[in-house]
Amino acid sequence: MAAEGSGTVFSGAALDDARRIIDRYPASRERSAIMPLLYLAQSIDGMVTDDALREIGELIGITTAEVEAVATFYSMYRLRPTGEHVVNVCTNLACKLRGANAVYEAAHDAAGVAHGAERSDDGLFTVHEEECLGVCDFAPAVQIDFCNHDQVTPERMRELIATLRGGEVPAPARGPVFASFKAASRALAGLEEVAAS
Amino acid sequence: MTVEPRLTRNWSNPDAVGIDGYVAAGGYAGLRTAVTMSDADIVEVVKASGLRGRGGAGFPTGMKWGFVPRDTGKPTYVVVNFDESEPGTCNNRELAEREPHRLLEGTAIAARAIGCETAFIYVRGEYLWQSIVLERAIAEAYEGGYLGADVAGSGTRIDIVLHRGAGAYICGEETALLNSLEGLRGQPRLRPPFPAVEGLYASPTVINNVETLMNVPDIVERGADWFREVGTEKSPGTKMVTISGKVERPGNYEIALGTPFREVLEELGGGMLGGGTLKAWTPGGSSTPMLTAAHVDTGLDYESLAAAGSMLGTAAIMVMDETDCVVDCAQRMVAFYAHESCGKCTPCREGSWWATRVLERIEDGYGREVDIPLMHDVGKNTLFRAFCALADGTASVINSSLQHFADEYEEHVRLGRCPLQDAPVEQEVVAS
Repeated sequence: MAAEGSGTVFSGAALDDARRIIDRYPASRERSAIMPLLYLAQSIDGMVTDDALREIGELIGITTAEVEAVATFYSMYRLRPTGEHVVNVCTNLACKLRGANAVYEAAHDAAGVAHGAERSDDGLFTVHEEECLGVCDFAPAVQIDFCNHDQVTPERMRELIATLRGGEVPAPARGPVFASFKAASRALAGLEEVAAS
Repeated sequence: MTVEPRLTRNWSNPDAVGIDGYVAAGGYAGLRTAVTMSDADIVEVVKASGLRGRGGAGFPTGMKWGFVPRDTGKPTYVVVNFDESEPGTCNNRELAEREPHRLLEGTAIAARAIGCETAFIYVRGEYLWQSIVLERAIAEAYEGGYLGADVAGSGTRIDIVLHRGAGAYICGEETALLNSLEGLRGQPRLRPPFPAVEGLYASPTVINNVETLMNVPDIVERGADWFREVGTEKSPGTKMVTISGKVERPGNYEIALGTPFREVLEELGGGMLGGGTLKAWTPGGSSTPMLTAAHVDTGLDYESLAAAGSMLGTAAIMVMDETDCVVDCAQRMVAFYAHESCGKCTPCREGSWWATRVLERIEDGYGREVDIPLMHDVGKNTLFRAFCALADGTASVINSSLQHFADEYEEHVRLGRCPLQDAPVEQEVVAS
């Protein structure tokens, strides 16, 4: 087992961040920090790498396999190469009744993601058919890098993708803006200082 | 049916999101009162109020708190279940967005009632913005002296730790949530032991829903009799409902428990979208058996919905009209349970996966006559056959759609296509 701090994912400032995360939990309950640590790893590499799984295990004193068991259980951890932006389109019933299937098709098409694939060839987008996002009051609901977009039509979906392609981040319906999947992952780790809105 | 707003009374006040606005609107009075009461008295007033858990099961909250043993030598924990993921449900999201301090106040009172020093709020990961709203509120509450080493000048310590989920519906199941919080896969635990005795870190734990806890400050401040002025004898208080789908005004609304669905649909939801005809509706999210236009006068409370063959659940009403195919909708709902099954129990893991495929086949026009009895069989053998209630969600969709819309299933099979689609779809026969 490598000495703590010798890792390739958690070193320098990232190691300090990891220790801050572990300190949130009661003494000797380091394992509870695994979920925010996975988000932290994802914010660094844009996905959870094999190195990250190993290093998280070293930080909290469990095996790589135990970390991987957790990482693979939850859909918000990406263990494969992921687009700079992640586009989640809810197609669960409340959104489906309001036309979400066409929004999902439009996202696939506009992002240039082939059927059966999830990431565009240019690496810019990962498009994901999502389960209920809890925005049934503004269906169809879409999240781009976990920022909400409300009552999205297929036309609006194409505009959102075009805006991102142009290098700009579209303003979400509510809440702060995260410019990329990596930035959102850092906020998910509880590390982003977000100015009061 | 108009009810004096309780949980939503500050929704028109944008300042209520911050601590100053919340306190100016009377916030934290419940906590200031609670710290002068004995823990047994807090439990007693919540018991007397008849408050029942708003997360779906409807268990009496005060009784739950009363189960926590105080002589084990272990710490006690309060865990807030903000993993709101039941399809169609989003009222916890809006409650926390608009008034995060009411949740912190209710959580601190619960902590005080069971002698807990560290409470956790488990927020679903997709609620990133809402979790940031809560983080800011927690920081304000520490600064304002409502959290930390000396809560409201009482000398009592209460800390709140925010923990984000990562996209797993099953973590709304309370023992799966505890496993997730401990850094394990979010799979349910065998009960007993119940969480009240051995919950988080094998210590006595109370797990409450967001809406449940947000009722607590008023109960402490205004009393049990006040709480019971609204609602029914067995379902006192107000309830947040979410109405979505084919209605004019989807949204979250606060109603008196017992309000008939018709009033919610017509007066709050603005009626059917575009003047359509009501065909089917879920009263409490996709896991509660669907009902039909014949049930439009059913009261939205625990007892009336049970009598109608369904459940209040999370009071998430999804409305389908005459243009919506029940088989297609059922397929989408069951596909959700297939995706979210944690894989622990065979009836759930396999039942939901195969049922999704059979429903897809029927909808696409490839249904066989044996598929309908097959679905009855799957529904029957999934209900109450697994560790937790996730499998029952699968079964509820299958059983209720077959019960109320048997003709529609049979027509799919007889026609070899979805009867709600205008023209027959050209079918290409593919040798398998």
